Amino acid sequence: MSDHEISMTVNGRTCTSRVEGRMTLGDFLREKVGQTGVHMACEHGVCGACTILVDGLAVRSCLMFAVQADGADVTTVEGAAAPDGSLSPVQQAMRECHALQCGFCTPGVVMTLTSLTQGATKSDEKTLLNAMSGHLCRCTGYQGIRKAIKQLAAGEAA
Amino acid sequence: MNAPISGAGRYIGQRVLRKEDLRLLTGRGQFVDDVSIAGVLHVAYVRSEIARGRIVSMDLEAARALHGVHAVLTAADLGKFNARCSNMHLHHNDGPITRPLTEEFVRYVGDPIAMVLADSRYIAEDAVALVWVDYEEEDPLITVEDAMSGPLVHPDRESNVLLQIGLPPNPEFEKIMASATHVVTGTLRHQRIAQSTMEARGVVSNPTGMDELTVHIGCQSTHIASAAIAQAFELPENKVRVVAKDVGGGFGLKAQPWREEVGAIAASLLLRRPVKWIEDRFEALTTSCPARESDITTTMAFDKDAKLLALACVYNSNNGAYPHMPDAGMPVMMFMPGPYRIPVYQFVGKAWLTNTVGLGGYRAPWAIEALARESLFDKAARQIGIDPIEIRRRNLLTASEVPCLNALGLEIDNITPMECLDNLLTKIDVPAFRAEQAEGRKQGRYLGLGIATYIEPTAANGVFPLLSDHAQITIDHAGKVIANLSTHSQGQGIETTHAQIIAEQLGVNVDDVTIYQDDSTRSGFGPGGAGSRQAVVAGAAIIRAAKILTDKVKAIAAHALNANPNDVTIEDGMVKVAGAEAMSRSLKEIAELAYGDAKRLPPDMEGGLEAQYRYTAERMFTHASAAHACIVEVDRETGFTNILRWISSEDCGVQINPAIVEGQIAGGLAQAIGVVLHEEFTIDARGNPTAVTFKDYHLPAITDVPTFEYTHITTPSFSDGGFRGVGEGGMIIGGPTLLNAIADAMLPFGPLPDALPMSPTKLHNLMQNEPVV
Repeated sequence: MSDHEISMTVNGRTCTSRVEGRMTLGDFLREKVGQTGVHMACEHGVCGACTILVDGLAVRSCLMFAVQADGADVTTVEGAAAPDGSLSPVQQAMRECHALQCGFCTPGVVMTLTSLTQGATKSDEKTLLNAMSGHLCRCTGYQGIRKAIKQLAAGEAA
Repeated sequence: MNAPISGAGRYIGQRVLRKEDLRLLTGRGQFVDDVSIAGVLHVAYVRSEIARGRIVSMDLEAARALHGVHAVLTAADLGKFNARCSNMHLHHNDGPITRPLTEEFVRYVGDPIAMVLADSRYIAEDAVALVWVDYEEEDPLITVEDAMSGPLVHPDRESNVLLQIGLPPNPEFEKIMASATHVVTGTLRHQRIAQSTMEARGVVSNPTGMDELTVHIGCQSTHIASAAIAQAFELPENKVRVVAKDVGGGFGLKAQPWREEVGAIAASLLLRRPVKWIEDRFEALTTSCPARESDITTTMAFDKDAKLLALACVYNSNNGAYPHMPDAGMPVMMFMPGPYRIPVYQFVGKAWLTNTVGLGGYRAPWAIEALARESLFDKAARQIGIDPIEIRRRNLLTASEVPCLNALGLEIDNITPMECLDNLLTKIDVPAFRAEQAEGRKQGRYLGLGIATYIEPTAANGVFPLLSDHAQITIDHAGKVIANLSTHSQGQGIETTHAQIIAEQLGVNVDDVTIYQDDSTRSGFGPGGAGSRQAVVAGAAIIRAAKILTDKVKAIAAHALNANPNDVTIEDGMVKVAGAEAMSRSLKEIAELAYGDAKRLPPDMEGGLEAQYRYTAERMFTHASAAHACIVEVDRETGFTNILRWISSEDCGVQINPAIVEGQIAGGLAQAIGVVLHEEFTIDARGNPTAVTFKDYHLPAITDVPTFEYTHITTPSFSDGGFRGVGEGGMIIGGPTLLNAIADAMLPFGPLPDALPMSPTKLHNLMQNEPVV
């Protein structure tokens, strides 16, 4: 196996490491960077649980190799809340709407919704709903996620 | 003591935000794969590629030689550690002897035959690919029909019938069938379901000390896991510590450690090293005990007034090769009569062994009873020519008829299905829908309305370990509350609901209450998440423990303040004496007294503020009731079912947190939608699973699940607190509600096929017929 020296910014901190070429970005973030909020649930890019932001865009970390993120700016769910620990608008909306139960699919849901609502990005309810069709949740029947989407689209979660 | 709490207290009945969410939303939860131990070895299993046959030879040399591989173990290598698995009842129930690794004869595709232990899962999987196995392959038995005529799956057994159950033949039955005005029969074939917890199974086993073991595992009860591990390896139970903080869904799959988890623990004991096995999705979709595969033929006999005279069922279940426990339909038989008046009842059920992965229990393992019964009621209504709502009204037990014993002798009491149905019908204008439906059919739109009613047996009390739950509550020296509960959560939100009960009872802020349920050595024994019981039984245990604790606080305060204990109350963490505002003390001050100043306590009183109670429900079951309705449209172009509306009307007694109640109902309904429309664990003729990723195995997505509407009625149960279970109801009633709606929509095209799911392909095929309007 080929080893590669890579460096990336993860939740604002620089990480440098040697990895095998075949190591997925998800495994790298979990095992080498300790970001265990990245949840591996299907490893086929279907369920969305492992979604993170790479240079601001939502990416399934099971479908990307760590070496492909060399030099990138990565945000995982651990980096979604404000530095003082207060929940982000997406996290707050999901909490208020009871949008999770076991919490295993949750980090990916948070990151996809974050990618579509962060900064000046605005998304309407339909866009967010379509994006959520790429996330599987076995617990909630998606009721709270639907409510959180409505709240986020209406810009109520501040 | 038995008086129910009102249901609209400071915390009980409030939509309190979940305590769990803060860690789960920020990536700070701790699931089993998040546990990291120095020197841990990672497991990958070598699994059978054929469904049935003898292992002629296995070449492990290349795998063992791979750099980073520590060991490759077979059944012979595990030796005495290739231990026998037991089910959640800590029993073998006369099932096939089930061990982690198969020695000689493989019985399903995926049967574990060896395990690699390596420095990483990557290397372990590389090594698995280097193992060569020669088999003497035989033709596998895939279906129940195969099992009826094929060779024995387990040659040490007398037949492929693993278990047969039934009620003694009732001589009245044939007479009733012969003379009844209407006889209706239907068969329902329930597909095999992959449980699909979003977090698959996993375990980290760490031998600690000479004879101690710490196991982190995805489970539904740390206590059952601990007991099952201790039993398998003949270890003292008090030396097996099981830890499980966050578990990503259970549904029955994680009710007991099974072959792969026990195998990883075995390897850790053999090698005296920490060992980790994390199931991947391929394994989860192919070899993680799936559920349900069964068929049921149901016959109903009615008199001229459409009142049921008799009900008979024949049930067969494909149990696979190594089921969690034999499923011949015992709970199906018990709960089939449901909320109805059924004078004569017959049931025969058989569990069949096949060369497929063993069946496991899945949320409401008996749910086929409601699917079969409620869809047959609709068929009967059509045959007799009355409304499906009316046929239920004529047969539902009414308030004046209970308590009573049903045809099986089970007590039915304190149920409200008729009231739920009445309440449901205030939310939906049935005549208006029928007019819309008739108009739609003229325009080629096929709308359908489905209705179903049921009672859910919750908080079962009778079969070990489904007996009692324990609460141990402490007000610490700083006046904050810690509770160690026998419960376990795989997403149910117990850290919130049970904190609400405690806060309400003790008169403290819910933020000041912390629940622990993640360590088998810290809390009292309990069955955890199983059988919709934790609100009812652990909730009542909390109420009683909190009463003891409250009385103690009052006694200490009264003694210290020279007041009457009956005048002392606790509100918002302040201990108050009626009519003496100045004498108020914080709970912290009373706690400091209780822990630090024995001389100021009442004579002979033990110090500290700690109380515990173990609660057993008085009844065998605490029933919840419900009636649901849904409206669908089936598209003739695509065969796709679009759910337009869904209304839930339920009575789960006093609701602790309506948001969590509705979450339980919704989650169950989504799983039921999956059963009726999408999900199928498919197997080819050679026994190979063919839906092996979430691209092929279709879980319902957000676009498949509508927004549910809820209406609640509240009839307190007999238990302290008045709670009823709500964990499985959505799963039970969702299936027949949706199936009835589809059947109603498809009426112009003829009866639905017998076999679930009602996929677009099946419905599209049926819609090739010309509609008869």
